[in-house]
Amino acid sequence: MALISVHDLTVDTRVKHASLELHRCEMLGLIGPNGAGKSTLLNAIAGVIESEGKIHVEDKDVQVLDSKHRARLIGLQPQSVESAWSIDVNDVVELGRIPWGDSDQNAIQQAIKWTDIEAFTHRRINELSGGERARVWLARVLAGRPQVLLVDEPIANLDIHYQLSVMNVLWNYAQNNHGVIVAIHDLSLAARYCDRLCLMHKGNIIAIGNPEKVLNEEILSDTYGIPVHVNLKHQPPIVIPG
Amino acid sequence: MKRAFLPSLLILLIIVTWVSLSFGSVAVSVVTGISDWLRHISSREALIIGEIRLPRTLLALCVGAALGLSGAALQGLLRNPLADPSLVGASQGASLGAATVFYFGLLTGMGALATAIAGLIGAMLALLFMLGLAGSGRPSLVILAGLAVSTIAGAALAVVLNFAPNPYAMQELVFWLLGAVSNRGMDSLYILLPALIIGSALIWDQRHLLAGLSLGDQVAESMGLSVARGSRLIVLGTAFLVGSSVSVAGNIGFVGLLVPHIVRPWVGHRPDKVLLPSLLVGAILVCLADIIVRALPAGQELKLGVVTSIIGAPFFLWLVWKERKQWL
Repeated sequence: MALISVHDLTVDTRVKHASLELHRCEMLGLIGPNGAGKSTLLNAIAGVIESEGKIHVEDKDVQVLDSKHRARLIGLQPQSVESAWSIDVNDVVELGRIPWGDSDQNAIQQAIKWTDIEAFTHRRINELSGGERARVWLARVLAGRPQVLLVDEPIANLDIHYQLSVMNVLWNYAQNNHGVIVAIHDLSLAARYCDRLCLMHKGNIIAIGNPEKVLNEEILSDTYGIPVHVNLKHQPPIVIPG
Repeated sequence: MKRAFLPSLLILLIIVTWVSLSFGSVAVSVVTGISDWLRHISSREALIIGEIRLPRTLLALCVGAALGLSGAALQGLLRNPLADPSLVGASQGASLGAATVFYFGLLTGMGALATAIAGLIGAMLALLFMLGLAGSGRPSLVILAGLAVSTIAGAALAVVLNFAPNPYAMQELVFWLLGAVSNRGMDSLYILLPALIIGSALIWDQRHLLAGLSLGDQVAESMGLSVARGSRLIVLGTAFLVGSSVSVAGNIGFVGLLVPHIVRPWVGHRPDKVLLPSLLVGAILVCLADIIVRALPAGQELKLGVVTSIIGAPFFLWLVWKERKQWL
């Protein structure tokens, strides 16, 4: 049984009749040009915006669950997050327990370990670099131990070291019997880390399947409007403008 | 340090309350006074402590607690360290309500409670108008609508003062607006205390929302929090706190703005962790300010609201300076 199944999801004209499934231990990459509807799709699955269609997490219809219960199953890390206050890193991670209404130290410490931020848990969030902050935001959402983790462009604006570090955290979380859907612009990293990919364009899902199927030069060139060079045999895989 | 802060505040609160009860032109035993007053023995101690100092002290504590908590809640909700209860229009609405009662001689059957009730109604109406105008809990809209409502209420208040029926009414009105907790009696507490409990409960219930909002509306919503509904409840809670304290004690400025800033270095910046300490520090601060008022030489009494403003104004300038340094 799929961990999460989305059926015929529609958000006004931004996402049209999207259907997809995600299994445990799987990482699904959401790719497509700017404005394709990736963020909208993630926000709709997380329940942040209204949508039509069906969303099930295993046998639970999440649309009839109360919002706290839904947030325990599905965690969202939005594209851009800023803290309005100069909060301690520890306190930021603890915010991830809000859906549970507790401050379970086990879950918090585990999230800190997964994201490798032990060294600066007592520093303030505004004193950290962009790369460090990206991992703290991830720790926040992981502290809630969601079954399905939705992450919107977590590696935009990060250097290559932190790009790999964040992708490794996501991949490990998926391997821990969870599911991860990540919206990502870097197609090479998408090919390298994701088990399956979902290509969106103008609110529609154009292709979904393993990287070999979706990362097809012809489909990508059509979608992005430029020639795209794909070499999946190379280690690590290469997908760059042609 | 964080753990010891709350117990230290409680101890400080007890000390300040004790000092406030013992302090006055006549030296009396606080213990004798309270026990006589509780047992309805009509001694000199019972009269001074039970009828004069106890209501005054309790009122100062409750008004301070209400203002401190509402400041912390509003700054958290609006994610703005310069937010203040007068920002949402509640203070001005309460002033207008009470002034109108003076002017038209309404609610005369209610005696001393008339201004308090009118102030509370004024604050609620101002807040309802503000919420209607803002249409949502979005910070920028709340600030804009609050500014509009306070400007309108301020203009209406100026009209009432301008046409005051006689100089005495005007003087009484101006003195009340300056803010004080003296000569209020236990009756005022019967209004303030329920409002303090209801307002605090509404805000405390939404503490997770205040915490979640630090990372933005989207993160808060994704954690299962209802931003629109919760924001309205916080504003309503603030209305209870500010409306009742202004109606009972007039305008006591800067407490709501200042208190959360005193608290943050001790408990951190997370808005939910600032709430309870702000309530306690607010109570301590206003009670201390009232002791200062009483300690000044007799004669022309300096009003409590004037004292808090004199303490608060330089602090406000410092805040602006600190903020400015970040941008220039």
